[in-house]
Formats: sequence, C-alpha cells, structure tokens
Amino acid sequence: MKAWFAQHRAALGSAFRRLWASPLNTALSLLVIGIAMTLPGFGYVVLDNLRELGRNASGAQQISVFMELSATRRDVADIENRLRQASTATWRFVPKEEALQRIQASEGMAEIVSSLPRNPLPDAFVVEPRNTDPEALETLKKELAGWPKVAHVQLDSSWVKRFDAFLRLGKLALALLAGLFGAGLVAVTFNTIRLQVLAQAAEIEVARMIGATDAFIRRPFYYFGALQGACGGLLAAGLVLGALQLLAGPVGELATLYGAGFALHLPGLPEIAGFAGLGAFLGWLGAQLSVSLSLRKFD
Amino acid sequence: MIVASNLTKRYPGGHEALSDVSFEISAGQMVFVTGHSGAGKTTLVKLISTIERPTSGSLVVNGQNLAAIRRSAIPYVRRNFGLVFQDQKLLFDRSALDNVLLPLEIAGLPRRDAIRRAQAALDKVGLLAREKALPIALSGGEQQRLAIARAVVNRPTVLIADEPTGNLDAESAAEILEIFADFHRVGVTVVVATHDQNWIERYHPNVLTLSRGRLA
Repeated sequence: MKAWFAQHRAALGSAFRRLWASPLNTALSLLVIGIAMTLPGFGYVVLDNLRELGRNASGAQQISVFMELSATRRDVADIENRLRQASTATWRFVPKEEALQRIQASEGMAEIVSSLPRNPLPDAFVVEPRNTDPEALETLKKELAGWPKVAHVQLDSSWVKRFDAFLRLGKLALALLAGLFGAGLVAVTFNTIRLQVLAQAAEIEVARMIGATDAFIRRPFYYFGALQGACGGLLAAGLVLGALQLLAGPVGELATLYGAGFALHLPGLPEIAGFAGLGAFLGWLGAQLSVSLSLRKFD
Repeated sequence: MIVASNLTKRYPGGHEALSDVSFEISAGQMVFVTGHSGAGKTTLVKLISTIERPTSGSLVVNGQNLAAIRRSAIPYVRRNFGLVFQDQKLLFDRSALDNVLLPLEIAGLPRRDAIRRAQAALDKVGLLAREKALPIALSGGEQQRLAIARAVVNRPTVLIADEPTGNLDAESAAEILEIFADFHRVGVTVVVATHDQNWIERYHPNVLTLSRGRLA
C-alpha cells in the first residue's frame, strides 16, 4: 500500500516536472484547452443567468383572474376559498376600487378616469403559482377559467413558452458546442502525450526491460493529461470570471434602467471545481487513448 | 535453476535461430554461451530474459515455464533477472544514480532505502564517486559498470549479460569479468553470452557453445 502511494506520488511528481520542463509548450497547450473550455463555460453561465432572470422577472409567471362586473362579495369570497383549498399558489386580491385608484394615480389618466360614469374595472386576483412549468401553468389557467363568475383568465404563457423554448435551444446548442470543444481538448491531449511517448521511447523501452508493468509506464502520462486538463479548466474558469466581471457593470446598469434589481450570478467554487474536474477527466481520456495507441509498438 | 528442453525459436520469415536446444544451469553456476555471430547467443539470452518467447520447447527458470507465462506476469518475472547489454541501454538524460534507481522505483521501494541501495550498487562497481555524473561523461568501461550496477541493484537471482565487453578494451573487459566473478562468488547465477576467448578458457567447464542454432 505504501509502495502504491509512493509510486503514484512519483508519477504525479514526474507529470509536474514534465509540465514545468517545457514552459512554452505547456503555456500553449493550456491556452488552447482554456479557450476551448471558455466558450461552452461562458455559454453555461449566461444560460444559468437567463434562467434566473426568467424566474425573477415579475409578471412572467403570474396569472390574472378577472371577475365578471356583476360579481358580488360572496362570489369573490367563493373564489378565495377555492384558491385556499387548491393551495397550489399564492395570490393577492385586487378590488376594483383599488385598481381604479391605481389607474388614477398614473400620469395623465386621472382626468379620463374621473370623466367615466362608473368604475369599468372588475375585481381581480393576481395568482402566483408555485409550479411554473408551462404545462402546469396552462392546466391551472384552464381550471381557474372554469370557476363561477370568472370572466377572463390571463396568462402570458406564450412569453413563458417562448422563453422556455429559447432556453432549451440554448442548452442544446451549448451541449453541441461543449461536445465539440471537449473532443478538441481530448485531441490536444492526445497529441501532446503522443509526442511525449515518442520523446521517451528510450526510457519506456528500458523500463519495460527491467520489469516495469504497463501501469507503471502509463501512470505518469495519465497524471500529465489530467493535470494539464485541470489547469486548462482553471484557466477557462478564470477567463469566464474575468469576462463576467467586465459585463457585471453594464448589465447592472441596464437592469436598473428597466427598474429591475438583477445582478449577474458569478460561478462559485463548486462550478470552478467542476471546470477543473471536467478538464482533468477529458485530459485523462485523451492520455488514455494516446498511451494505448502509442505503446503498442513497444510490445 | 534454468532448464531448457528442446528449445526452438523461429523468427517470422522462417529463420530458425535456435533449434532443439536442451541444457541445464544449476543455481549459483556461472555459464558462458559462446559461438560465432549468428549462432544464436543473443536469441538464447533474449529467451531466458523473456524479451522473446520460444516457438516450441520449454524453458523453466526458477520453476516457472517461460514458454507458457501470461503477458501480464512478464514484468514480475523480469525483476528476478539482472540484464546487461552490449549497448548498455542507459538513460542519458539522468545521472548515474538515477539510472541505478530506476529498477527500485519500478519495484516501489521507499525513496530513502532506494538511494541507499543504489549507492551500495554503485560502490560495488567502483562508481560511487561518479553518482552525479551523466552517463555521457563516463568512459565505455564505466558505462558498462553502471549498467551492471543497475542490473544488480534489485538483487536478482540471475544475472544475464549479452556481449558485455563487446565494445571495450582488454583492461576494461577484465574489470567487467572480475565484477561478474564477484557476483558469482556470492551465489548469483550468471549467464554471459560472449566470444571473448579469455573468459571461455578460464571457465572452460561451464561453456555452452552454439553453432548455427544448435549446441555444439
């Protein structure tokens, strides 16, 4: 067991030394890997933020329930009871008087409203469902529309649907992009390791001859691939963070102009660790493929 | 210790390097394999050290039939052998000490113990003072002695050498022969392929002479 740890430590050490021994090559490889991972990584963060934005945007997932003008207090109480029993949503009751006052408070509307013979507005409920899936919203809308004395139920579902479809499309495009760049990363590692195996042909041959197992010979290359991938992943995380820092100011300003309190969600430690882990895995995969192919000629 | 029965090695293309060779080498013996170029000396050494596999026949070393061994077991079999080649196969990008450390790294020895043993092996071949030197800075005889230090550092039961003095002057060759004789005296089985007449005359009873792939 002790020997096993010692050999792994030695392999890791040798991988570090190889990375360090040719700084220019290492820097270039890391840059390629880093940039390859930055694009999908940036896309992921942007989508994550858009989803957050969609969730927070007021009105997007609200259902307005307008009562008939003839509805009485008792009808309103009945709807309140039904909503309480359904308990699938929080809601707020907006009496017609309040709605009228609000319109009067709006710029330039006071005169128009006061010229009306009577209040044209109905009582209304603003319902905020807990489940905001487009399907669930649609079902709830249908149910609400069937209740007595309900004149109209309005759900801006087409907006929600479009947004959802956009997110799904974005996710798919991102997955394709990530797959493409992932393959690129594997290829970069593959080539780096292939060149290393060629450069160390003498060492591999001698080691084989004096009793090195396959695992002993492969181990430093695996560590090298994983290490290079992990460093590339960290570089990518750094690039994404940097880009987001640059964007954070303008996005905040834009959000303020729209009266929304939206701040970019920056990737945290788990995401950064995820970047490094993914890079390490892809690097390891590239090394695995490369070593398996390159070592065949030593048999 | 080493028992060959009807050992045959045929290379792709039909050339038969060894034909129906049988012999027995007992533990602690020092044996010389001799013969003209192309007689099959190198092939025999490669078979014993599992670098190549016999086409037919059996070759039992330490009770293990090398003709029937699994590929994954070969590294562990090789660790019982110390191998010395005419072209030493040293690694020129690392110091003498690091060259000798390699078998111990492969065996997974703790670093401190490994260094102690490697230095002892270098001392035995008279190279301790040059442990930091790169192989390129060593003379031909020193390089061969370094190769021997690497071969014996793992305390192998069998020391196998293929033309270890092929590229050396008479004086260096005599030194190498002395080192092999020392290991023989402490009980190591030594098999040396050579056409150096000095060695052969001195160890006459223990000589296997090959001619065109057969024992003469």
